[in-house]
Amino acid sequence: MSTTLIRGGRIIDPSQGIDRVGNLFLRNDRIEGIDTGAAVADHVIDASGLIVCPGLIDIHVSLREPGDEKDETTASGTAAALAGGMTSVACMPDTSPVIDTRAAVEFIQLQCARAGHCNVFPLGAVTKNHDGKELAEIGQLVEGGAVGFTDAKQPIANAEIMRRALEYTRMFGRPIFNHPQVPELAAKGIMHEGYYSMLLGLRGIPSGAEVIMVARDIALAEMTGGLVHLMTVTTAGAIEHIRRAKEKGIRITSEVTPHHLALTDADLRNYDTNFKVDPPLRTKEHVAALIEGLRDGTIDVICSDHQPFAEEKKQDELDIAPAGVVGLETLLPICVKTLIEPGHLTWSKLIAKLTVNPASILGIQKGTLKSGADADITIIDPTTAWRIDPTKFRSKGRNSPFAGWEVKGRAHTVIVAGKVRYHV
Amino acid sequence: MTIATASAAAGVRWTKKHLLGLEELSADEITLILDQAAEFKRLAAEGETKLSSLKGTVVANLFFEPSTRTKTSFSLAAKRLSADTVDFTASTSSLSKGETFYDTAQNIEAMGVDQVVVRHSTSGAPHLLSKLLKASVLNAGDGTHEHPTQGLLDIFTIRQHRQKIAGLTVALVGDILHSRVARSNIWGLKKLGARVIVCGPSTLIPAHVERLGVEVSNNLDEILGECDCINLLRIQFERQRSAFFPSIREYAHFFGMNGDRIRRAKSDVLILAPGPINRGVEITPEVADGPHSVILDQVSNGLVIRMACLFLLQQRRQELGNN
Repeated sequence: MSTTLIRGGRIIDPSQGIDRVGNLFLRNDRIEGIDTGAAVADHVIDASGLIVCPGLIDIHVSLREPGDEKDETTASGTAAALAGGMTSVACMPDTSPVIDTRAAVEFIQLQCARAGHCNVFPLGAVTKNHDGKELAEIGQLVEGGAVGFTDAKQPIANAEIMRRALEYTRMFGRPIFNHPQVPELAAKGIMHEGYYSMLLGLRGIPSGAEVIMVARDIALAEMTGGLVHLMTVTTAGAIEHIRRAKEKGIRITSEVTPHHLALTDADLRNYDTNFKVDPPLRTKEHVAALIEGLRDGTIDVICSDHQPFAEEKKQDELDIAPAGVVGLETLLPICVKTLIEPGHLTWSKLIAKLTVNPASILGIQKGTLKSGADADITIIDPTTAWRIDPTKFRSKGRNSPFAGWEVKGRAHTVIVAGKVRYHV
Repeated sequence: MTIATASAAAGVRWTKKHLLGLEELSADEITLILDQAAEFKRLAAEGETKLSSLKGTVVANLFFEPSTRTKTSFSLAAKRLSADTVDFTASTSSLSKGETFYDTAQNIEAMGVDQVVVRHSTSGAPHLLSKLLKASVLNAGDGTHEHPTQGLLDIFTIRQHRQKIAGLTVALVGDILHSRVARSNIWGLKKLGARVIVCGPSTLIPAHVERLGVEVSNNLDEILGECDCINLLRIQFERQRSAFFPSIREYAHFFGMNGDRIRRAKSDVLILAPGPINRGVEITPEVADGPHSVILDQVSNGLVIRMACLFLLQQRRQELGNN
């Protein structure tokens, strides 16, 4: 038996509406309580001046294993997650081969256990090999441990397939994550279609490509009663549709990434492949709509959409280089810079989007400091300034657009199942 | 050797290491290149076709996209200035063996090249090269972004016939969306004070283009009478994601330059085409080979423009100590 006392931190637990200075007690791998616990603890962590919250959950991470281990492995990716303050990640099934069988899901969990870093909740494929044609064996995948389903960056383009997937997953109570983008409108696009794509001569992806798919998915969610989670929304039009859908009581959730809040299409002016992401960076008007969506609860979750790539892949020409950036180790400071410092969100609201909300979407018993819950804790240092240096990342991916940024906010101590797994 | 020009005499100096686009050049810098080209043209007319300005330097032509005219023009320009030239094309290089763009660039660099002329199907590729290489990078056309020497030679050709650019109305007709020539022309012409109209089917005019200071028209017949110069851009079938207009016949009907339209245009209108032209699509043979056409002037002016660019960049390299 082992007890831990995290003393004097600002405890923020949105699942219970708590935001106050106090002592958090852990017993073995469980939370004992706030301000109630053993008078003498085996381990004491001084958290004065720090934020103590449920372990952060990143619901959109690519770990690349199996198949692309030179980009990332389960071990390096989950180490990066810990360094970013995450105690749990949901990983994408767009590996090689695709996670569309029970054996593959179980392999992910085996690799995660071998690595021994953070919790990994695998997402399974909606369609076999992400081909968008035939449903994968969703029930078997659930039995193997998949908590949700997605074709990752392949939009589920066929409305009939999406409909059947939503109907079928309903009986397992599992969500479908869709990348809302009409493929024909986005084909070969490199950046947001607008003034800068015209100026730079780069093929654009119009915001309508996202808005149309979001509207379709909302209609299908309403029709089927299935759970739709819209991945990485970036447009004002999408936010409007989601807001109205939520007002009507349609069960739909959505997420946004820090890079879509911190950067715009104008940043492509340097033709740097580290600014090529999918969906693309949009204009500042869209960014303002995303921030409003975060403020009023239209957007439920902030996730990294961590997309590690080996250096040589990003050294290719802009149209050949893959889209995506690493994000696990920069999510927290970029949220602080874009949301906390300008006063858009309180810490409590931000932490809700990184704990209780993602846990609820994944249907996992995480993201809370309630007595008896898993002792997954993130202690955040909100004030010390530091400089983002991709060469220091635990991720194998160095493809960050934030190299050199002066930021505040980083994980100080990360506890998974009662054990300290990361300390700055 | 020093070659005197009006701009140089007026104290305008070339200070750029690379020539990536006309967007980043000032009106004075553009004029400096035009004046330098005019000087080379004058020397050539006097029989001075071989100059020693670039003797002992190496110019590499890196063509990652097929091109005959531009490559030949650059090659000849470098030879006229006595540079050694090496040619590298994607089809004969290691690119097809999976070598990255970065490796290719480094290998070229290791051969001790002074200037790299690069043509690439990806917008921004020369910009990436300019960050990787010590050599000067000269953009010979990047994707649908810029083609600065083409813009310069178009403007040079107009200036040759009209002695000025300011105050002229120039129409760019056709596929503006996919045209690097259009973007370079717009930047250059606007900086020198021309009025620019872009004209084409609405599917081939990019949104926001008016923010570059140009007027937009979808009706060639309506603007025909106002234009001093009409530059007919090629329809870039190879860059189109999908059908942008119903048929070539319909395109030619609305936007093709033919004898009938020439007769309704200003009597001294100049017809330019960056080529290669699709005869019978953008332009009928009657117009291409007619008295208003300056298409062949463009080709010969391309040579002196490229000589001027190579010359000015090398001069700058010497000032910087070849670093």
